[in-house]
Amino acid sequence: MTAAFPFSAIVGQDDMKRAMILTAIEPGLGGVLVFGDRGTGKSTAVRALAALLPPIRMIDGSPINAERPEDTPDWSTAPLGEMVERPTPVVDLPLGVTEDRVTGALDIERALTLGEKAFQPGLLARANRGYLYIDEVNLLEDHIVDLLLDVAQSGENVVEREGLSIRHAARFVLVGSGNPEEGELRPQLLDRFGLSVEVRSPQNIEERIEVIRRRDAYERDTEAFMVTWQAEDALIRDRILAARSALRTVQSPDEVLRDCATLCIAIGADGLRGELTLLRAARALAAYEGDAAVTRAHLTQVAPLALSHRLRRDPLDEAGSATRIARAMAEVWG
Amino acid sequence: MTPSPAWARALRALTLLAIDPEGLRGLTLRARAGPVRQAFDTALARLPGPARRIHPDIGDTQLFGGADIAATLAAGHLIHSAGLADSPARLILTMAERTPSALAARLAQLLDQSPLHTLVLFDEGIDAEETAPQTLCERLALHVTLDDIRHDAAPALMPAAADLAEARARLAGVTHTPEDIATLTALAASFGIDSLRAPWLALRAARALAASEAHAQVTQEDLREAAELVYPARATQLPQDPEPEQPDAPPEPEDQRQSETPDIPDDLLIAAVAALLPSALLDQLAQRGATRRAAGSGAGARRKAHQRGRPLPARQGAPDGRGRIDLIATLRAAAPWQPLRRRTRPDAPGVIIHAADIHLKRYEDRADRLVIFAVDASGSSALARLAEAKGAVEFLLAEAYSRRDQVALIAFRGMGADLILPPTRALVQAKRRLGSLPGGGGTPLAAALGAALTLARQSEAHGLSPTLALLTDARANITLDGRGDRAEAAKDTSTMARLWRAQGLPAIVIDISARPGPEPAHLAAEMNARHLPLPRADARRISTAVTSALGV
Repeated sequence: MTAAFPFSAIVGQDDMKRAMILTAIEPGLGGVLVFGDRGTGKSTAVRALAALLPPIRMIDGSPINAERPEDTPDWSTAPLGEMVERPTPVVDLPLGVTEDRVTGALDIERALTLGEKAFQPGLLARANRGYLYIDEVNLLEDHIVDLLLDVAQSGENVVEREGLSIRHAARFVLVGSGNPEEGELRPQLLDRFGLSVEVRSPQNIEERIEVIRRRDAYERDTEAFMVTWQAEDALIRDRILAARSALRTVQSPDEVLRDCATLCIAIGADGLRGELTLLRAARALAAYEGDAAVTRAHLTQVAPLALSHRLRRDPLDEAGSATRIARAMAEVWG
Repeated sequence: MTPSPAWARALRALTLLAIDPEGLRGLTLRARAGPVRQAFDTALARLPGPARRIHPDIGDTQLFGGADIAATLAAGHLIHSAGLADSPARLILTMAERTPSALAARLAQLLDQSPLHTLVLFDEGIDAEETAPQTLCERLALHVTLDDIRHDAAPALMPAAADLAEARARLAGVTHTPEDIATLTALAASFGIDSLRAPWLALRAARALAASEAHAQVTQEDLREAAELVYPARATQLPQDPEPEQPDAPPEPEDQRQSETPDIPDDLLIAAVAALLPSALLDQLAQRGATRRAAGSGAGARRKAHQRGRPLPARQGAPDGRGRIDLIATLRAAAPWQPLRRRTRPDAPGVIIHAADIHLKRYEDRADRLVIFAVDASGSSALARLAEAKGAVEFLLAEAYSRRDQVALIAFRGMGADLILPPTRALVQAKRRLGSLPGGGGTPLAAALGAALTLARQSEAHGLSPTLALLTDARANITLDGRGDRAEAAKDTSTMARLWRAQGLPAIVIDISARPGPEPAHLAAEMNARHLPLPRADARRISTAVTSALGV
């Protein structure tokens, strides 16, 4: 496996990069949805982010990447080893995956050959404490989507099938990508994603050329390229780490809460998840920028990310959602 | 006989693939089976490195490895079987146009993660909409179309293996200038290719070409040929005149080196690629991104499924990685034989199970339903009630959304019928296309029925359950071959209507004529369809009526 393309070397796509950094600071945001054409660097960005993040400490051999021995589920039969540092897990959830592979299921081989009832963990176990990346999330079959929704919300994977009754932690950041031309995402799933971004190829020739140039440099001499960008990546990593520890101390004044609420009412977002995500994202951004309190400037930056997929919409409506949010912000806050 | 240009390009593509498989990732060949493809296949087999043939129905276990259950049971301990993906190889996927999206996704993942695999797609599609999955085509650099070539124009003239090896050795030494990158990127942009993979792959192709020609540096000629191989299949527009873009393109901050502003690729390059654009470029654009097929759990016909749906009794079967083993049924099948089997293997632990005992779970699932809207936009109905018909279709679309149905839209006016939206779930597109539908001209009803029939048959082959909603005044006046002859047109319409009836698919004829007449009812009777006069200015009522008529 060659080194992942450095995160800081991705040209443009600032919204996508910002959204990903915010989820890295505050995993509670509930993931990112990236909608855009093919070849715009969606999966490159996800993998780059994982490589950028500091490694997690876990017990060697733990099926759910647990950090403490008491977190290891009792069904785990693998011997536990030393504490090791592993890169943040990024698990790909391919289309057409079966339910068994996602949740885990009865280990058929062991059941048939040894007559033992053993649990074979699935992708959700592997994604614990990391990222679950779904390419073409809008084409994922409905029953898998239902299952993911449930786990993503509760942070726990419950398997009740084939005589097994198993539960284990499954806390992961959901990153979905897709091409809206190919089909809609169900509103239920849309709402569970904390942030959403629309990406498109840079329309400026100069930028496009820069993309190819960097890609070329990366492929021709990966090591030299990594060295060039390592410093930048390290800078972002340090800022993320600093922001994570500063997150608790960032103040959110009452007027900011009021701003969140009025904006969400103005755009008619269902439920309160909109306000919560908006506030959390703004707080993460404030922490990232080293500010002590959330201000309206932070809200303005994250509102399109946090709200554009929560607009109450008719399936046949085609108005650009980012513009609608910008309009609402201008109206409500003046 | 001299080789045809298309064939020469095909061989060129193969040469490049042999020189730089890691960079180019693979090749899409669009050609029907025949002597020409056979010749290509022979040439392909001569490329160095191992090759494996796979087919669209290949299971996960075969491709990615897994437990070999039959062998495991016989041996009494776990035996893994290696998958094709474990060892680097050139995977040749035949009948690529039938690849299910699940397999396409797995293969795309494999290509992204393992640089040593290359993929060759044999796309045998006949219609413009039958194509290999875009997810895969997008990742493969080279596209070759080999239809309409005489087989004697396809001599096997691949470079010798030693030459290829030399070219491979030269590849790392080939250099290119920043201007080359600029040229290729600007060229891609002028053809409306949004993906940035395209210029990148073209650059790799140009370098492989330079290596094969023993150039130390990429030349203009290499660039041209690389663009010819990579761009035509991806183009989405004909190049605009580049002049007006020039003034506002570079924002020119002063530290930007002025010499590096991209030179608009010269006309020669544009002309070279444009000459190779597929003839039906604009037709194909409509198809792009809409090649998704049946996923299941819709409102359509019942069918057997492996994974979900209403459970059916388990059946004996070999585990193929897709079906789930029904443990209880398996044990029940094995139980009566235990004393006998114990005698032959007294020391075996647990229950002794043979491969023949294994039962698989079966489910009954429902296919997705496809509602084909055929809208009469002819002069006779356009004047009267086209707007009302559009309103009715919009209501139906909203219902289709809530039921997760797929929709397709056929419009007929003037001389023929056009499929303006192939089956899709993207209802926004359906609405947009419908809104911009112009009216006027004759009523080519027979052609519309023909188009609907073709689409219905195709979608059935893809596992969808098609139904037709035909909105017309049924006053046909254009024949199948496009002549304005009312009597002949009526005869053609009646033939097509009976063909539809023979297909046995549900349909409804929605009468949108200005004055009531006998034709729509007659047409509906011939098609064995429901007849429904469109109530005046009440789109909501029609939507309820259609829903109940189509039996959902």
